[in-house]
Amino acid sequence: MADQNPTVDTVNCTIDGIEITVPKGTRIIDAAARVGVDVPHYCYHPGLSSPAQCRMCLVEVEKAPKLVPSCTATVAEGNVIHTQSEKSLQARNGVLEFYLVNHPLDCPVCDQAGECKLQDYTSAEGRPMGRSQEAKRVLGRDDFGGDVLFYADRCVMCTRCVRFMREVAQDERLAVVQRGHRNVIDTFFDEGLDGNIWADNIVDLCPVGALVSKDFLHKARAWDLDRVPSVCPNCSQGCNVRLETRDNEVMRIKPRTNEAVNSHWMCDYGRLNYAWINRGGRIEAPLVRDGDRFVPVSWSEALTRLVERIGATPGEARAVVSPFAANEDLGALRRVLDAHGSGGGVFRAERGEEVVLPGFPTLALREDRSPNTAGAELLGFTREGDAAAHGGLESAAGHTGVLFVLGDELADAPADFGAAAGLFVYVGHFLSPAARNAHVVLPATTFAEMEGSFTNVQRRVQRFWPAVQAPGMARPAWQILGVLHAGMTGGEVPGTPADAFAALGGLRAEFAGLDWADLGTEGRPLPEPRALAEAGGPA
Amino acid sequence: MAYPYRHPSEVQVLSKYFGDPEARTLKGWEARGGYQALRKALGMSPADIVNEVKASGLRGRGGAGFPTGMKWSFMPPKGDKPHFLVCNADESEPGTFKDRELIRWTPHALVEGCLLGAYAIRAEHAFIYIRGEFFEPAQVLARAIEEAYEAGYAGRNVMGSGIDIDVTLHLGAGAYICGEETGLLNSLEGRRGEPRIKPPFPAIAGAFRLPTAVNNVESLIAAAHVVQNGAEWYKQWGTEKSTGTKLFCVSGHVKRPGNYEVPLGFNFKEFIYDVCGGTPDGRPIKAVIPGGSSVPMLTADELDIGMDYEAMAAAGTMLGCGSVIVMDDTTDIVKQVRRMVDFYAHESCGQCTPCREGTAWAGKILRRIENGHGSEADLQTLMEISDNMSGKTICVLSDACAAPITSSIQKFRGDYLARMRRPEPAVAAAR
Repeated sequence: MADQNPTVDTVNCTIDGIEITVPKGTRIIDAAARVGVDVPHYCYHPGLSSPAQCRMCLVEVEKAPKLVPSCTATVAEGNVIHTQSEKSLQARNGVLEFYLVNHPLDCPVCDQAGECKLQDYTSAEGRPMGRSQEAKRVLGRDDFGGDVLFYADRCVMCTRCVRFMREVAQDERLAVVQRGHRNVIDTFFDEGLDGNIWADNIVDLCPVGALVSKDFLHKARAWDLDRVPSVCPNCSQGCNVRLETRDNEVMRIKPRTNEAVNSHWMCDYGRLNYAWINRGGRIEAPLVRDGDRFVPVSWSEALTRLVERIGATPGEARAVVSPFAANEDLGALRRVLDAHGSGGGVFRAERGEEVVLPGFPTLALREDRSPNTAGAELLGFTREGDAAAHGGLESAAGHTGVLFVLGDELADAPADFGAAAGLFVYVGHFLSPAARNAHVVLPATTFAEMEGSFTNVQRRVQRFWPAVQAPGMARPAWQILGVLHAGMTGGEVPGTPADAFAALGGLRAEFAGLDWADLGTEGRPLPEPRALAEAGGPA
Repeated sequence: MAYPYRHPSEVQVLSKYFGDPEARTLKGWEARGGYQALRKALGMSPADIVNEVKASGLRGRGGAGFPTGMKWSFMPPKGDKPHFLVCNADESEPGTFKDRELIRWTPHALVEGCLLGAYAIRAEHAFIYIRGEFFEPAQVLARAIEEAYEAGYAGRNVMGSGIDIDVTLHLGAGAYICGEETGLLNSLEGRRGEPRIKPPFPAIAGAFRLPTAVNNVESLIAAAHVVQNGAEWYKQWGTEKSTGTKLFCVSGHVKRPGNYEVPLGFNFKEFIYDVCGGTPDGRPIKAVIPGGSSVPMLTADELDIGMDYEAMAAAGTMLGCGSVIVMDDTTDIVKQVRRMVDFYAHESCGQCTPCREGTAWAGKILRRIENGHGSEADLQTLMEISDNMSGKTICVLSDACAAPITSSIQKFRGDYLARMRRPEPAVAAAR
């Protein structure tokens, strides 16, 4: 572990000719990463203990009698380290050859191909031809339960999976059984990994195709996927993820490392709950009611008519919003509501059991199963309804003034929802029966189709990026509502998500303390109101 | 009952009471001067004991030959944490059977050695890790421990000294790797018997991550003799750097196989031909493994050397734990090596890739050569595999597997080539 002492001592070393100063106690492999040198490794993982057993990361340290495992050896003052010397390369070459004595060459049908460390290192440094003429060990496949399938023949026995279950999930379901070359990973009981919601992390950890996801099995090749940094939308933890897409569809969700939020991990609930992102049947054009039917119109026509009608509709504005909407969307709506003469706004959010990851207890599948309840509350929307996100529509359903619905599908709304409204504007994705009561329907993008941010349960603001193309004419709600607001007030139209984010500062002082570009891919915590007050900022 | 393996050239210090059933009992052992070393030790300071053992030059008898006194001196100063002494009685090196005899015939010598060693390193608890296959020795030793407790040599207030030392016998489940000291510690703790990365060494984080000294059976018994009689007395035998006497276990093609205790530095050739009586039918010796299957083998021409750590190293091999395996010219070297490599493949814990994969792969190649399907290129591959298995793993099991492979290919290449499929001369001539 890195030295936690604030008066950190440092040591100097040279790695492949590059001099670097690192804190005392830094592992050689981590020091090498700092100068851009990737020391090949299998058993080492920054989130787990280091058994130094794959022997892949051996490097030459001058004056050391033997090659040194860089995953456990720490940098000593004056170390001269060679990761590419003849001795280091020969040792790695030897280890790679040993792996391939038994590892099947089934890359063409292996899900890991393209993102396989054995494939990568072998093609980078391995022998052009294997020398083994012997029959390979054949063990077959095993269903480990949950989403995990085990191809025993591909296993390189790095034991990351065993250590994850022991150290991080703290639920020992896996073990190495047998001994020597007969070693195999196995489950203890029939249920295997069933019931542990963190189990799929071992699929990410597996450096080869031994542990694969049943959900992703034979679905796509790694090299066909496009990967976009995003935030998991399935609970208020806001795990940093990558949306991995092919042909404009999300194929899988993978965690992205962020020590402040989810470390290297995410839960199976969040990971496997992505089919809704790919759901078809979306609203594709702005629709304006004409009697009993909707007429598709251009955006300029829709918004021009809307600005006119909203000005002509008396009574306060009310709203129902979705906690799946971005901060920027919610802020833009708040500004529209304020501009018209504010009323309340509500949101409904699904709740479930909270499940903490014992080895990283600041990570949990949170009770709130939506990504932006914190943002919705900060921007003045109040929670209504039950744990299934039903009910709580009473104040909106019969409202006679201006009624906005943003994102909420209104699946459980009464048939006459919004029928009494002077103006019912539906900004969302699906034309549900209740949404059909709207006067104007505007197609918005989902989080996967736009740039924006969520505020998680720790009040951390995190950005996401578009991973798939929006259907038809759908636009981000912040843009739709931003244009509407500008039309109502004569103000400026937000041109970019950065503009929309900057506008949040006028609604809540906390947001003013953050800069869009600074949020980066790891997000930033919102400043505490007290800190803002002390700094003399707007309260 | 006379012990069948005796020779006038022997110097019987540790093995003096082999074959004497009376020595197994507490009464009999006390009558033979038992527990006097412990009595003397308890009158000394732990540091003095360590210094005496250091001065004697006693080297660990488990195979590596690390000075016992030095190992004890690495124990940190006694703080709040308990210290442990662990006696390695796993004796799993093929060809070794000295500890078994020591325990069978002189169990109290080991109990005394453990108590003395524990006192020297200020340990409250001595564990004796004995291999699971040693049914009879384990029973004999368990009885001796019981007797020692009853007589007040072990447990609370050892011999009225006010010091408490417990002795626990722990049976292994039969794994070679649990003879490796850190694998042993893991097994003792109830974990998989997998060697640990060093550092930290056991003196800092051993059994239950607490300061621990791990000593071989023979080392502990010898240490008791050193304490009782003094370092100078012990140094009357042996060479300058390899002092004292040592038990050698001889097996294979000799007339009188068995355990023989001779001073270190004893001439190896004389040992085999005189003490052990040479080969049964007077056939020429082909190869000798001097220190257990993990050390490189010697040819008949290389035997005129001393049986000490330095001379063996100079000859390119190791004294190891003194397990001499003699093979005469009827021996099939390829088969022997294949058999040994199969053993290592079977016993590898499988943590480190070079060992897990390398031992098994080498075994498969050797089997293919043995069956006549090898080629000269396989020998090159074996040499390279051996190199990739040496010095690259957590423990030295794969180095041990590589030793017989490389030494046999270097010294008995002809035996391998004789197994290769011959080119077919008739076909060549017809072209």
